[in-house]
Amino acid sequence: MKETNNIAIELIDVERSFGTQQVLRKVNLVVEEGTTTVIVGPSGQGKSVMLKHMLGLLRPDRGQVLVYGQDLARLGKSQLNEVRKDYGVLFQNAALFDSMNIFDNVALPLRERTEFGEDEIRDCVEEKLALMDLDGVNEKYPAQLSGGMKKRVGLARALVMNPRIVFFDEPTTGLDVSRSNEIYRLFYQTQARLKYTAVIVSHDVPKIFKLADRVALIANGVVEGSMTPEEFQLSEDPNIRSFVRETMGPLYCSKEEETCGL
Amino acid sequence: MLEKIGDEVLYYLEQAGRMGIFLFTCLLNAVRPPYKISPIVRQIHFIGHRSVFVILFTGTFTGMVLALQGYYTLRRFGSEALLGSAVALALLRELGPVISALMVVGRAGSAICAEIGIMRNSEQIDALECMAIDPYKYLMVPKFIAAIVAMPLLTSIFDVAGIVGGYLVGVSMLGVPAGSYFQEMYRSVVWADVEMGLVKSLVFGLLIIWIATAKGFFLHLERSGGFGAEGVSRTTTSAVVLSSVAILVSDYLISAILL
Ligand SMILES: Nc1ncnc2c1ncn2[C@@H]1O[C@H](COP(=O)(O)OP(=O)(O)OP(=O)(O)O)[C@@H](O)[C@H]1O
Ligand SMILES: [Mg+2]
Repeated sequence: MKETNNIAIELIDVERSFGTQQVLRKVNLVVEEGTTTVIVGPSGQGKSVMLKHMLGLLRPDRGQVLVYGQDLARLGKSQLNEVRKDYGVLFQNAALFDSMNIFDNVALPLRERTEFGEDEIRDCVEEKLALMDLDGVNEKYPAQLSGGMKKRVGLARALVMNPRIVFFDEPTTGLDVSRSNEIYRLFYQTQARLKYTAVIVSHDVPKIFKLADRVALIANGVVEGSMTPEEFQLSEDPNIRSFVRETMGPLYCSKEEETCGL
Repeated sequence: MLEKIGDEVLYYLEQAGRMGIFLFTCLLNAVRPPYKISPIVRQIHFIGHRSVFVILFTGTFTGMVLALQGYYTLRRFGSEALLGSAVALALLRELGPVISALMVVGRAGSAICAEIGIMRNSEQIDALECMAIDPYKYLMVPKFIAAIVAMPLLTSIFDVAGIVGGYLVGVSMLGVPAGSYFQEMYRSVVWADVEMGLVKSLVFGLLIIWIATAKGFFLHLERSGGFGAEGVSRTTTSAVVLSSVAILVSDYLISAILL
């Protein structure tokens, strides 16, 4: 499976500074089509910044971000729009439209980008909200929801257009364990069905590894390896080793974990 | 020192360039299909309808004070009969467009700037872009069209309210004959006066909405730091000041050109 896949996203020597702080030093990453890549790393290391480069919201100082072979920095506004039509994005803070109710939030992409009638839109939105276990919140406003609920609305909105590539920035942060298991199960199912490419930033190690085809660690502005979860956990790289030890304890064994959980 | 001045000049040039491109993009998007009516109607409601009361109120009092001042000035020359024409001309050509524009800046311009600034700050505009929804088309165009439609209407309401206010003071209180109030008005007001008011109100409407939306949209690029609640409030204040100055300056320029 791995060899035959096309490359969906490729970061080549991406560098980016904010003022004097260099956040991304030389980031290289390849995301193959149809796979799930999980980006892990300590807080404040540039995971969200990296994601924003893939979204075309930030431009690299040097280096390239290629999406299906197109350099985002060279695309005009309408071409970039075309690329983004394939995207489904969950921001770290959910970024819901705070003066619209939940229903309208999720319905917005359908209203603006499809010719659907109100009935179809209602069906789609209700389906996605139900999937996220959000009933009876249609009329509420984002400010009236809990943090975890906002995350789930954000997920519903990200998935409503059936995207080809999804970007989730910490999809389960702020959710309780059973909810996050539920969300993982859901990702697993929808990915199996829709075959989208996923880039997920998460702190939920090791659980998130079950979803991952590839794991990448960002530390000190560099991405260390993009390998399978097993390789990642057994890696000799000192940065990865210390990360694995810190987050999973010294004796983590993947086989054991695999039998429970999902 | 020289370097500092250079930086300053560059900063303002950059800002001006950004604003210019912003305006151009908005206008371009406004004439390009698809056209959606309902967001425009909603914005007209917000900018126009909700300002009507304030406009009526300020218009009436402006007309009243014009009549009062005008009466005592005109009486020195024994020409109180011209009161109606004095009130109407002042309103149509100057005070109507200018004062209603200043009211709309305070009522709607500040609100729109804050709304867009908050959307920028909380990544809602980024979210729109990532959904492949063009923020210019979706957010800006309805506001632009609404402002350009609403401003002349509000100005006309202001003018009418002012003329009625002038009537109340001039005719009912100071005893100018009702017949001459309206007759003089009718005789002296020509189409050019109405046209000047119309041109002004259109330009002011465009200026108000341009400055409010652009300031909010580029909040994150403000040099003083567009962060958080304070950033929004500072930017909104500067948008209001800039709009007011722009209105008065362009008022002079338009008068100079059209007279
Ligand atoms: N717009 C910005 N301006 C200046 N600095 C920024 C900006 N965005 C991010 N940074 C800096 O870049 C670094 C990485 O931020 P980023 O948000 O990517 O962290 P992260 O890895 O996502 O952390 P977390 O896991 O806590 O979300 C931080 O040190 C942050 O201060
Ligand atoms: Mg982050």
